[in-house]
Amino acid sequence: MTQPVSPPRDSSTDKVPQAQPPAWRGLMARADVRTLSLLGVLAVLILIGGITKPDEFLDTRNLQLVLTQASVIGVVTVGMTFVIVSGGIDLSVGAIVALASVWATTVATQEYGFAGILFTAVVVGVGCGLVNGVLIAYGAMVPFIATLAMLASARGLALQITDGKTQIVTVPSVLDLGERDAYVLGIPPLVLVFAVVTVIGWLVLNRTTFGRRTVAVGGNPEAARLAGIDVRRQRLYLYLLSGLCCGIAAFLLIVLSGSGQNTNGNLYELDAIAAAIIGGTLLTGGRGTITGSVLGVLIFTTITNIFALNNLQSDVQQIAKGAIIVAAVLVQRRTASTT
Amino acid sequence: MTEITSRRGLLFGAAAVSAGALLTGCTSNEPSDSKDEPAANDQPAADDKPGKQVTIGFAGPQADHGWLNAINDNAKKRAEKYSDVTLEITEGSNDTAQQIGQIETLINKKVDVLVVLPADGKALTQVGLKAMRAGIPVVNLDRIFNTPQAYRCWIGGDNYGMGLNAGHYIGEKLKGKSNARVIELAGLDNLELTKQRTQGFDDALKNYPNIKKVARQAAEFTVESGQAKMAQLLQAQSKFDALWNHDDDQGVGALRAIEQAGRDDFLMVGGAGALSAFQAIKQDDGVLKATVLYPPTMAASAIDLARALGQGKGIGGMAEFEIPASITLYSAVVDKTNVDQYMPTGFR
Repeated sequence: MTQPVSPPRDSSTDKVPQAQPPAWRGLMARADVRTLSLLGVLAVLILIGGITKPDEFLDTRNLQLVLTQASVIGVVTVGMTFVIVSGGIDLSVGAIVALASVWATTVATQEYGFAGILFTAVVVGVGCGLVNGVLIAYGAMVPFIATLAMLASARGLALQITDGKTQIVTVPSVLDLGERDAYVLGIPPLVLVFAVVTVIGWLVLNRTTFGRRTVAVGGNPEAARLAGIDVRRQRLYLYLLSGLCCGIAAFLLIVLSGSGQNTNGNLYELDAIAAAIIGGTLLTGGRGTITGSVLGVLIFTTITNIFALNNLQSDVQQIAKGAIIVAAVLVQRRTASTT
Repeated sequence: MTEITSRRGLLFGAAAVSAGALLTGCTSNEPSDSKDEPAANDQPAADDKPGKQVTIGFAGPQADHGWLNAINDNAKKRAEKYSDVTLEITEGSNDTAQQIGQIETLINKKVDVLVVLPADGKALTQVGLKAMRAGIPVVNLDRIFNTPQAYRCWIGGDNYGMGLNAGHYIGEKLKGKSNARVIELAGLDNLELTKQRTQGFDDALKNYPNIKKVARQAAEFTVESGQAKMAQLLQAQSKFDALWNHDDDQGVGALRAIEQAGRDDFLMVGGAGALSAFQAIKQDDGVLKATVLYPPTMAASAIDLARALGQGKGIGGMAEFEIPASITLYSAVVDKTNVDQYMPTGFR
């Protein structure tokens, strides 16, 4: 996927060398169509939820619940979007979340309190991202394989640390952050973190050289190199970024669940990739938006919520999830070809 | 019923009860005195006294959660207790091919008895058959092989019984309450055991016409999924009287969600028997009032059975000359009244 054989050459790849206003316009317009279609899906879902369970669904507490549940996977998805836009993939996100969450909740780490837990989670995440990045950028390993290796070893290490046991968090300041009393103006702190990560992610991807380089590397790495971009360093940074997001997500998960377990982050890689794809990110790289990915996460979380409120079982939920991925991609291909 | 509190009695709960019944039968039968005892009373039962040396091969899945970890611990500790037992334990694996390889290695090493907790019972049936044909008796632990030919003895937990006992406990607690509402937080839905637990629970609730199960969601035995699914259930059901959660590991997450939602207007029953659950039950300051066992001590019992097999003996407390072909353990309900007794068996 790092071959110069460029995918449908849309404006985003052409944009880099020239970066002229018309290209921007086209991109915005197209992004808007996609975003609008996702918002449409979300609106339909909210309608369904509101009709089937008006009291339980259309409720402040439920809104807080849906957003909280979206936070952990949402932060992971922001990092994943960057990686996919650059033409890579990170299969290790779930395993990194697991490793970071158990490392940060060992008895030894918990002795250092809030700061110790937060620091460890972030450092472990960044560390894993660094290994991924070095292997891919400088070891010339295919991202699929390098991150698959990380998936296996990080899960293994997480299991070794916990010995299969559930590590319960006893630091009050960490636990309190997940309680209702910690809500700021009715917004759970976890959701605030998610929002901040989303905004920063959007700004970085859309308003900085780093973001444009990411798109360029994903669209056509050879052209990017010829344009003077240090492709390898860019890749290293991107996996670091994904690792950082995993570290933050791990901390959020610790706060949310009050524990660290080696089974944490199970299949996050698939959830994050799925959310990015229905959000309009091209798996081949060169195109993708943070807004789309976050909407993708919200769509999945809302579906899960509506299903749970209506007491539908997990088999139905999984079937629906698969159907929605297919439908979303088909719809987007249509809108992409007509605009 | 003092036997029940003794260690052996605890482990062989069901066996001890039937032995008790048998003994009562013997004593009430006045005419027969000590002179003509039933032949069974001379049967060589395995006891703590050292006997013939036995090498037991133990193969289990990867201990990736607390219960399986406790299974390994129980097996090891039990084997250490006996000077006449050597335990050959393999690195646990969830990979069917790898576990088959490990068991074949144990067969080639010619261990005297095999104890196998298969990662997947159906997939490992062939290797169980192979061991039996090679003359190595197999004690099949918990996840059952496809055919009884693949094992000499099966010992395991009772998933249906867990549901049944949880249902009855809740039923009794809610007796007299009209229109009582109950919800269920199930385990991983693509496992048969989850279906069995739910079936048992539903069957028990049928005895209580005042109770209605209003919701059921399946988590994945993990803390994370327990928190997520419980949070949704709490949002969906603004009022209910009791909750049965299939698994104490996911229960850690469920309790977290309950705490976060600030709810305490119902009673909760757990499942499996984790230490954290026992501690919460003992403290008695939250919603968790009881848990239904799926005892990991079954691994210790499996070692006892394997040792008895290797020494050609029956088991203490039973009249037969040989160990049973199948033992289903009782899913006892642990609540505040008896939690101290079970505390040492709780797993992390």
